[in-house]
Order: sequence, then structure tokens, then C-alpha cells
Amino acid sequence: MKITTIESKTVALPIDNIDTDQIIPARFLKTTSMEGLGDNLFLDWRYLSDGSPNPDFPLNKPSAKGATILITGDNFGCGSSREHAPWALVQYGFKAIISTSFADIFKGNALKNGLLPIIIPADIHAELIKWSGITLKIDLASQTVTLAGGRTVEFPIDPFAKHCLLEGVDELGYMIKQEPAIAAYEAKRADSVNTLA
Amino acid sequence: MNSQQPRTIVEKIWDNHIVTAQPGVPSLIYIDLHLCHEVTTPQAFQTLRDRGLKVRRPDLTIATMDHSTPTTPHNLPILDLVGKAQLDQMEKNCADFGIRLYNLNSDKQGIVHVMGPEQGLTQPGMTIVCGDSHTATHGAFGALAFGIGTSQVGQVLATQCLLQQPSKTYAIRVEGNLQPGVAAKDVILAVIAKIGIGGGTECVFEYTGSTIRGLSMEERMTICNMSIEGGARAGLVAPDDTTYQYIAGREFAPKGKDWDAALARWKQLPTDEGATYAKELTLDANTLEPMVTFGTNPGMGIPVSGLIPDPAGMSDPIEKSDLIKALKYMDLKPGVPLKGQAINVVFVGSCTNSRISDLRAAASIMKGRKVSPKVRMLVVPGSQQVKKQAEAEGLDKIFRDAGADFREAGCSMCLAMNGDQLEPGEYAVSTSNRNFEGRQGKGGRTFLASPLTAAASAITGVVTDVRSL
Repeated sequence: MKITTIESKTVALPIDNIDTDQIIPARFLKTTSMEGLGDNLFLDWRYLSDGSPNPDFPLNKPSAKGATILITGDNFGCGSSREHAPWALVQYGFKAIISTSFADIFKGNALKNGLLPIIIPADIHAELIKWSGITLKIDLASQTVTLAGGRTVEFPIDPFAKHCLLEGVDELGYMIKQEPAIAAYEAKRADSVNTLA
Repeated sequence: MNSQQPRTIVEKIWDNHIVTAQPGVPSLIYIDLHLCHEVTTPQAFQTLRDRGLKVRRPDLTIATMDHSTPTTPHNLPILDLVGKAQLDQMEKNCADFGIRLYNLNSDKQGIVHVMGPEQGLTQPGMTIVCGDSHTATHGAFGALAFGIGTSQVGQVLATQCLLQQPSKTYAIRVEGNLQPGVAAKDVILAVIAKIGIGGGTECVFEYTGSTIRGLSMEERMTICNMSIEGGARAGLVAPDDTTYQYIAGREFAPKGKDWDAALARWKQLPTDEGATYAKELTLDANTLEPMVTFGTNPGMGIPVSGLIPDPAGMSDPIEKSDLIKALKYMDLKPGVPLKGQAINVVFVGSCTNSRISDLRAAASIMKGRKVSPKVRMLVVPGSQQVKKQAEAEGLDKIFRDAGADFREAGCSMCLAMNGDQLEPGEYAVSTSNRNFEGRQGKGGRTFLASPLTAAASAITGVVTDVRSL
């Protein structure tokens, strides 16, 4: 998949340290496919114990309808390595998450699924997270988020991940092409590469 | 990197595993050992099938079953058909791709991070990955071990490599003597309480200092296991004689002259004198108390004699609302002790604390005592081997006589995938690693603690300071 720009309403979830057990509870990890995870995104926050939608949860508010940019608190995606978390977010419709920081494994998993983890400075983040429903434009090539009024803020991204997203590069395909180097490495380390056979 | 420069153990392992390093592209890093379980691999095997790829090094890939596995006797039928389908898929994937699998009928089956070290698979200087964030456990042996996502599981299956950026190094020095009743679990809970659950982001922890040197391998595993709860990619301890003695003689350990060669390599690994770290933290072990968490992330921990923090004094608005949210979920009041809080369940198990020394510690408290009639206690050994050893030592009898349930090996109530779970509103003292909302069952409330604290609390029915029992 190729990504260049995202223009969308936002929905804000002003909570720090949102963990992967909230994003997709472990009881939904028994699947052997990637399908159907979006329906269970934030499930225990989205629904009350009687099964009805929680009207106070930001994603359930009418203003959140159609939002593909999620603004969250610090250290989003902490906890387990489950790639089911970005799968669920993407299937629900999110294309980018804006925060002040992300947990490492989540960030890597998100990038591999075309979900942009965008880190912006704390002062601007503090403004954006106060309300849902504003419109933002994200441009990956220039690594900028454009706010209402035309103000822009830059965000960092790993150059290789950016290249892969812009050009639709297949990372596994790239790695397979490194086979001669991998074989040479194994030959060089033959005495110390542990053979467990 | 200039090999004349003093290097940390992390930098040495990194340098040893670079396959290619080109500007503008992350380094291609070789993976020495790939551990697999049923939950995070099915979609990766599907990718291989879709693309007509095979597993490049099945000899460096080992699988077991742990997350979706029932802890009821393994000869009984599996009632959860979705979980069973996942286990069946694991059997098929391993058979189709030629991967060794320790399934439920194997006496080597167990939690992936208990099984690996137990079989001697985990060795110093290795790069080790698994689709599981607690892979850092293997760092106890001086390996660079980290959790990966399912896309990366597919990449390692196909190429035995990963594209990686180097991590920052973070030295965590623990100095002094742990007092009676204070365990390795308390050390790591204290570290996380100090730095916060994002404190180690982009870092690899190296645990050093006299306290760490004095710990057994199982205690070191407990500490490295929870590196991810401090936000780190990995955590490790440089190998020493304790490490070598643990590995020697295990099934996959090098033998004969291979052992001598391996030992010579391993002894080169410890951090050089004069090497520097990006970050450092020092902790005084002498003053540590048993720790227990009160909130909904592992950084929300306090000494067992302490008070639950009060949001009233906090300035950061999100931090304040997060603490209020956590106390509301936990239904706890600020400014009061957690000690004495009534509980419903005690869970001794998980990749953090399910090894034989953990079971011995819990049993030392349980012996001749009874679990409170208000408490349900589960003891879940980390592997079939741990279970066998516990039975040989009569620990199973101690637990059963006390009124606890002694079960089959697996992840069990740590993440409540297999039917072992808390009911909504229940409080548990758990030796596992995460107290997130609903982690141990929807609506369940978790207090993380050591096996000693868990066992003491099971007897009294309230959160207890084991030193007062």
C-alpha cells in the first residue's frame, strides 16, 4: 500500500499509556486470520457491561464519525507485541495516530501496516487533544501536520519506513533479495552460529 | 564501530550480528534463535504460504504451545473450540514447515520463556526473538532478546533476519543486599515504579551491580522478563559463572570441545571497562521493601507499607486524570494503605514467576497453612518440567493441602485467554506482569506482587506484608 497524504477529522482519546489489552483484548487473539478485529477495537471501553454502546466514550460520539486520525496520550500501544492492535485500528478505519510518544513494538507494527504513528511536540499535542472533530492534514513526504489556519508542525519518521510507505515497498521482498549477504554471514560465522539440531 | 573503543555487551552482540549495514536502511541483523507460539504466528505462516516461501532455518526455530492452552489435565478434550483450532493450526504449520514443536503431549511443553532456558536453547551472546513482548526474559543469559510483531515473525521465518536500528543503552545498577521477604520481583517493580512504564522506550536495559550478580538465573529471568513493562525493547545481564553453571549439561547446550569454544566466546561478552551508556539508574537494594501495584499499569507500584497515591497533589492534567481513572477502575481510595485490602483470587504463575524457585518460595509460606476460605488460589507451573520437579519435591501436595489448585503448564490467568480468568470486580494478587484493565479477565482487578507476597495474601485473604506473617 502507498501512503502520501491523509486529510481527516480527528477523534481525541486523552489517556496516557493506552495498552494493547485495551486496544484489542487478549480473548480476541485466538483467531488464526487477520479478519474481524476492527469490530473489537477498544471493545471494553466502547460498550457498557449490558452490551450497549458507552455514550461517554469518544469514539461513540457523533462528532467522531468518519474520523481517521486518532489523537491520544503519551506512550500509546504499550504492553504486548500483538500486531492485532494495529490490524484492529486499521480495520476500524484509522490511518494515523498522533501522540507525544509510542511504545517501540507498537510503533514498528503500525508502520508495517500503513498506520502512521506521528509524534508531535507536547505543546501542540496539548492543544489538539482538547477536542475531537477538528480537521488535520498529514503529508508524509514533507513529514508535516497542517493545523487549521495553515500552521504546520513537522514530525519525525524512520527514513526507510517512510520510503517503504511512500513507494509501497515490500519489506519482506527487500529482505529476501539480501540472500547472498545472509548466506555469506552464515558461512563466516559457521563456527559460532549455534546449530540446535 | 571501532573495535578499540570500549563497548557495552549490547553493542558487542549487535556488532556480531550485522549482516548488512547500508546508509539510509536499518541494519540487517541475524537472529540466532526464533521461538514461536500459537497466538502470534498463524498469520505469518499464511504469508509464507501465500508467497511460496519456506522457513529458512527450521533448525533455529522452536515452537511450543502456551497462551491458548487449557491448564486442566491435557488428556481431557479442549472445550474452547476457537482455542483448539488455533492449537491445531500450530500443529499443521509446524508439520508443514518442518519446525520442532513441543505440543501439549510433550514433556518439554511450557511457557515459551520458561521452556527456552530450561532446554538450554537460550545462550549468551545470541540474538533471540519471539512474537511475544516478554522475550526479554532470555536476556538473563546475556542474550539480546526482544519481542516482535507477526510481520516480523514472517520475516524471520523467511530470512532468519530482521531490519533493526540500534537501541540506546540504559544501565540499571542495583547495589546492596535484599532483605528477607524481598524478592527479584520487588526489584523490577521498584525499577518500573521509579522510571515509569515508558521510561525505557528506545532502550535496552543492562542490569548490573552487586545485587544482580548475587541473584540466581531464575531471579535474573524475573527481572529481565519485565523490561518491557519499563518500556524497554530488551533487558539483559552479562553472563558469569552462575550463567554457565545453569546452562551446562542441558539438552541444547554445547558439549565437549564445543562447550570450551562457546565458553571462550561468552567470556568476551561482558561490558568493557570504560564503556558508556545513554542513561543510568542506581537502586539501593538494602532499603527495598516488598512491592505491590495498586493501579492499572505496572508503574503504579508502592512498597507494601506505603499509601495509595492521591491525585489531588498532581499537576499534569492527563497524569492526574489517568490516576483518577485507575483508582475508579480499581475501586480504591487514595491516601490509604493497600495492605489489608480484601482479595478474591491469588495467581502464582506466568513467564515472570512460574519457575521452580518461584513455586518453592510460595510453598515455603503455604506449608502447614490454609488458603483463606474467601480466596481461590491457582498455582500454574511454567512448564511440564517445572511441574514434574514440583511434584518430585512434594510442592504440589503442599499447595493442594493448603486448598490451592495446582494445574498444568501454560500462561493461564496472566492474560486470561484460556478460560482461567477473574470475574468482573474481583481482586487478585498475581505474580504475573501486567495489571492493565481487564488483563486477567474483563472487569478483573490485579495487584502485581512476588510469589512470597502472593502466598502470604492467599492465607490471610488480604494484601499482606509477608514479613509480618
